Amino acid sequence: MQQTIDPAVIEQVQRHAAAQKRRRQAVDAFMRVLAHVVLLLLSFMALIPAIWMISSSLKAPTEIFVTPIKWIPDRPQWSNYPRAFELAPLWLYFANTMIVCVIAVIGTTLSSCLVAYSFSRLRWPGRNFFFGLLLTTMMLPAIILIVPRFLMFSYVFVWPFKWIGTFLPLVVPTFFAVQGLYVFLLRQFFLGIPVELEDAARIDGASTFRILWQIFIPLSKPVLITVVILTFIQFYNEFLEALIYLKPATWTLAVGIRALNDAAYATSWEIIFATGTFMLAPLVILFFAAQRYFVEGIALTGFGGR
Amino acid sequence: MATASPARPRRSAFRRREVIEGYLFASPFIIGFLVFIAFPMIWAFVLMFQRYNLLRPPMFIGLTNVQDMLADPKTWQSMWNTIYYAFVSVPLQLALAFGCAVLLNQPLRGRNFYRTALYLPVIVPIVVSAFIWQRAYHPDFGIINEMIGWFGIPPQQWLFEPVLAKPAFIFMRIWVMGTQMVIFLAGLQNVPQSLLEAAALDGANAWRKFWNVTVPIMTPVIFFNLIVGIIGNFQVFAPALIMTKGGPQDATLFMVLYIYRNAFEYSKLGYAAALSWLLFLFIILLTIIQFRGSGRWVFYESD
Repeated sequence: MQQTIDPAVIEQVQRHAAAQKRRRQAVDAFMRVLAHVVLLLLSFMALIPAIWMISSSLKAPTEIFVTPIKWIPDRPQWSNYPRAFELAPLWLYFANTMIVCVIAVIGTTLSSCLVAYSFSRLRWPGRNFFFGLLLTTMMLPAIILIVPRFLMFSYVFVWPFKWIGTFLPLVVPTFFAVQGLYVFLLRQFFLGIPVELEDAARIDGASTFRILWQIFIPLSKPVLITVVILTFIQFYNEFLEALIYLKPATWTLAVGIRALNDAAYATSWEIIFATGTFMLAPLVILFFAAQRYFVEGIALTGFGGR
Repeated sequence: MATASPARPRRSAFRRREVIEGYLFASPFIIGFLVFIAFPMIWAFVLMFQRYNLLRPPMFIGLTNVQDMLADPKTWQSMWNTIYYAFVSVPLQLALAFGCAVLLNQPLRGRNFYRTALYLPVIVPIVVSAFIWQRAYHPDFGIINEMIGWFGIPPQQWLFEPVLAKPAFIFMRIWVMGTQMVIFLAGLQNVPQSLLEAAALDGANAWRKFWNVTVPIMTPVIFFNLIVGIIGNFQVFAPALIMTKGGPQDATLFMVLYIYRNAFEYSKLGYAAALSWLLFLFIILLTIIQFRGSGRWVFYESD
């Protein structure tokens, strides 16, 4: 059944289609502009508090306590920083923080690797029970442990000296894989490593420890870096436990600068902002140096420090 | 199975070694669990029935702590504050993070800049962010009043005003939504392209594709973050201690802060233990409710 189509109708249809396409493009362009506007506004809100802190850390007091707000100081007061270091032993706090972070990172990665290997590759009675226990501890709110752990470190762990006031209450538990998240993460990764690799090494007479050290750990580098970064940030940030266990000589940055803030809240904003910038700087550097691992780590774990 | 059989003595020796090594390699966790988790939990349970102020030996007082706790208006005030804070901030935070993730999942110019900028608040240490926001909310010299002034809104008292203190904390919490955004972005990569194309063939527009394909596939991720977020936000502590010390008029006295006060400022360790068990039970209850409720609205691919 042949039918001739009126050219006028074809033209009309084509015009209609073209108009529809134009409209769709206009809507798309509008949506894109809208998306940019929304994202720019949100990015501004995300960045402005920290930028305000950094800029205010370089202001003279007379530039802070004015309305309307002065966003950029006339002459950057670099001397605010040396003044902050005079008011509080910030280098001591920084060194303490680094000690805690480094030991905690070593303890967490070592113990988590061992336990993760056992849970992923070795078969022993009770394995599922203990793995279930580990998963349960991931949901356990830390607060329930705070009071008894304080008592434990005050009255039970007193050998060879009182643990309270030292770094030990913060870092010793990390050697016992009590953070289920990291064990879980490594276990999942270990499960994906081919059994053939391991069998070949075993036939060659390698010990289990050597297999872990020479096959599993090198292959798990990306996950390990993630664990290292997350642990580092966690202990860099640690506040409640550091507040309870440490004394002024062992204070980390988080508790040390908080004490300074308590003393100088009302008056010296520029000093407090300078100490805040000092504490923020290492993390910003770490972030831009290892951005890939931050993003991967979060996507892997569903956590990210907080 | 791996049972020892007399015909294969080498296999049995190998098996025995595996079991020994299994325990050996897992021993850090087994010991750590007993010493740093199980033992403190038992102690916390015993403490609940004791009066203990560190100066005198602990004394058993039965259920007095529990009775006092239930009759203490501050218990319920701090519980209400915590519920308010967690239940408002987590859904808002997840909604904003999800919206940003969906926007950033489009081929937009400057995507990496936006992603980095929106993520950066996460790396600000909690103590430092408390310093910033404590002053950002300052009635006279803070940036928040300055910025709402651009829209003609009069300056507010924020952290000095009981009604506004909690919303101020919630806003500060929403500011840190980069983690959730990155999780959602990763999840959106897993939405099968074939499903979206099939929906498009069936004539679904962008809005329908979003609600009927993307959102259902993302619900497990959203759900997981809801649980983790609420459990995490129930334990808010540092910002309240630093910025407001629980005030004004106990408006930001959250559970953990009240526990901390009882234990380390008032030296009422038994009472603090009772409070922490209350918080613990509440968190468990929430987790159970969320898992039960999830059956109705969470879509799992295997179903």
